[in-house]
Amino acid sequence: MNVLSIVLFVLFVAFVLGISFYFAGRAKSASGYYAAGGRIHWGINGIAFAGDYLSAASFLGICGMIATAGYDGFLYSIGYLAGWIVALFIVAEPLKRLGKYTFTDALDANYNHRGIKLMAAISTLLVSICYLIPQMVGAGVLVTPLLGLPHAVGVILVGLIVITIVATAGMTSTTYVQFIKGALLLVFSFVLVTVVLIRGLSTKPDQGGRVPHREYRTLAATESEGALALDDPAWQIAAVREVKGLRFVKLLSDGRESWWTAEKDAATGALKLRESQFTARLADGTQMVNGSPASKENELSQVGNMEAIAGKTGPEASTGSLNPFKFLSLVGDPKSRIKLWKNASFDDNGGRVTVYYPVFAAGNKVLRPGQRFKVEGTTTDRIDFLSLMLALFLGTAALPHILIRYYTVPSPAAARKSTIVAIAAIGFFYILTLFMGLGAMTNGTVNLLDDNMSAPLLARSFGTFLFSMISAIAFATVLGTVSGLIIAASGAVAHDLLDRYAKVIKSDKQKVAAGKIVAFAVGALAIVLGIIFKGVNVTFLVGLAFAVAASANLPSIVMMLFWKRTTARGITASIFVGVFSSIGLILFSPTMFELYGKDPLTAPFPLKNPGIVSIPLSFLTLVLVSLLTRKKAEKAAAPAV
Amino acid sequence: MLHEPAAKTGPDPAFQFKRRLGAWMFVLYALVYAGFVVVNLVRPGAMEIVLFGGLNVAVVYGFGLIIFALVLALIYSRACGRREKRLHQAEPQGGRS
Repeated sequence: MNVLSIVLFVLFVAFVLGISFYFAGRAKSASGYYAAGGRIHWGINGIAFAGDYLSAASFLGICGMIATAGYDGFLYSIGYLAGWIVALFIVAEPLKRLGKYTFTDALDANYNHRGIKLMAAISTLLVSICYLIPQMVGAGVLVTPLLGLPHAVGVILVGLIVITIVATAGMTSTTYVQFIKGALLLVFSFVLVTVVLIRGLSTKPDQGGRVPHREYRTLAATESEGALALDDPAWQIAAVREVKGLRFVKLLSDGRESWWTAEKDAATGALKLRESQFTARLADGTQMVNGSPASKENELSQVGNMEAIAGKTGPEASTGSLNPFKFLSLVGDPKSRIKLWKNASFDDNGGRVTVYYPVFAAGNKVLRPGQRFKVEGTTTDRIDFLSLMLALFLGTAALPHILIRYYTVPSPAAARKSTIVAIAAIGFFYILTLFMGLGAMTNGTVNLLDDNMSAPLLARSFGTFLFSMISAIAFATVLGTVSGLIIAASGAVAHDLLDRYAKVIKSDKQKVAAGKIVAFAVGALAIVLGIIFKGVNVTFLVGLAFAVAASANLPSIVMMLFWKRTTARGITASIFVGVFSSIGLILFSPTMFELYGKDPLTAPFPLKNPGIVSIPLSFLTLVLVSLLTRKKAEKAAAPAV
Repeated sequence: MLHEPAAKTGPDPAFQFKRRLGAWMFVLYALVYAGFVVVNLVRPGAMEIVLFGGLNVAVVYGFGLIIFALVLALIYSRACGRREKRLHQAEPQGGRS
């Protein structure tokens, strides 16, 4: 924590709150509160779209995943951007033409059906909450290094600020916050990538002399009749554990414990032990890091470096400044060797140990899919990959906080133009994510406990100012996105449920008041969820939110626009099936079983992403129910004789 | 603050054209996107092939998908804008889009 970080952070928060209070006067009517009066210029709305969309998942999560899994993280960038094609070509103009404040308005415009109002509102609420979780996790991630506060405090802080923003000025202030934040994010991400390229690559990254490069030791070992022995008498073997097909060896030296991985040299067949990092929870509850009690001074070291650059090692491997293409070609060179880190947890002496151990990958294997998504793995692995790419492609155009932004511009043509500005800005940013992620991977700025920190830590390797700016912008990113999501959720409850479904809202003023109360409730819920999901990669969580949105909303939007036989009951059933099948499948997925503390292999649903099942199921439901209820709908619509 | 006046949307004579063009462009992009996914599933090793300047298929295809999206978006916007202008000139009493 330093003064500059705190000053910049406070300035950002003050600025954001200042905007909210400035625009508070325009949020007195429902139109002003939920849709910024429909008067935002398309250029501003386009960058605000980027601000909405480039959330914690994009900035923190994607960079973190690229830093730890290479190209697999960039798949999210590709999928997220591709989703805008669906938004532009299929959704933008019709949605603007049909709707008023919420996605439900557009869906229900031709039907005026209570079932649609109810289900679309529930869907909006649930998708918004799913999307809120990673944003709040991201908030906690940022505040810890920036202000030295615990994760939970960061989450609570964001929750309180966002509730203030939303409760004071609604969509108008959110739009301008997003516009400014989106623009700053693009500029400073570009600056960060520029300095990464100017620094170039080296096998011993020392963060510009700020943090000495840590060397990990190896020890020669022998094996006789299954028993390991060490050549160096200074070390004693205390325990050996076999986990995930790997051998982890606990060594003692001068009374201090350490964990090592045993491996055979591919060329000589010689056995050696490689030093790892580890955390341990002892039987008495004491937390240990690398053999000493955990403290602010004793944390896991940051990692990430290349062992060889295009076949070169040592000082002569350092490249100096690189152009973007040379940077990618050197990282992806088959003769480049990149040190990645995996982890394994197991019981030891009544306690629990997690060992973080290095694995080495050739550059060409890192710069293609396969490190995280096993495209060459089992059929289930491949279907999982397909499911993810489908959900990313179809999810964007179904996200409630994105859809409501179409109501802030004056015309369908403005909706179209703002989408194009968004595609340009977001596409540019996503290209930068590959450089930021690989920069973190090769500059020793990966936090083993939380890969979401990779981009801010990369910025910190260039000094406090860049780190403070990037972190403050990232924090504003979270604020803006969470504000948009809470407005979407409050619109769903106050406008769709209370006003149009239950008809209990009697005036415009009441609708705004109800929206603000809901904003408080959803904000409080988001705080709780953000604390619970600490440590989970935020882009992965957003991938799940995309699957829910794509399953719940997209089939009804597309079919309503392109299939004349679509009925109100078909839409209602489709949303119901889409929401509950996708959330149900996620709850029974390997990822959630891991969170429950159970063996992921025992999860009843084998896929991590439900999209490939729940999206077609939702489409199928709509078609079947529409066909079954068509005659009834026609009869109801026929004029009385 | 660059605020434009709120506008009521009237009939849009270019609506059918825009919907058809959007659908076709969506199909075109979806095919190219599907190609990326299929190559990864069927021949993942092909993503390692270096195409030019040391850049492999994964990087070129990935960047290509992002740039292609922007190119299609610009073509779509230009085509829609021209059609809207032409139809509005032909039917001056028609509604604004």
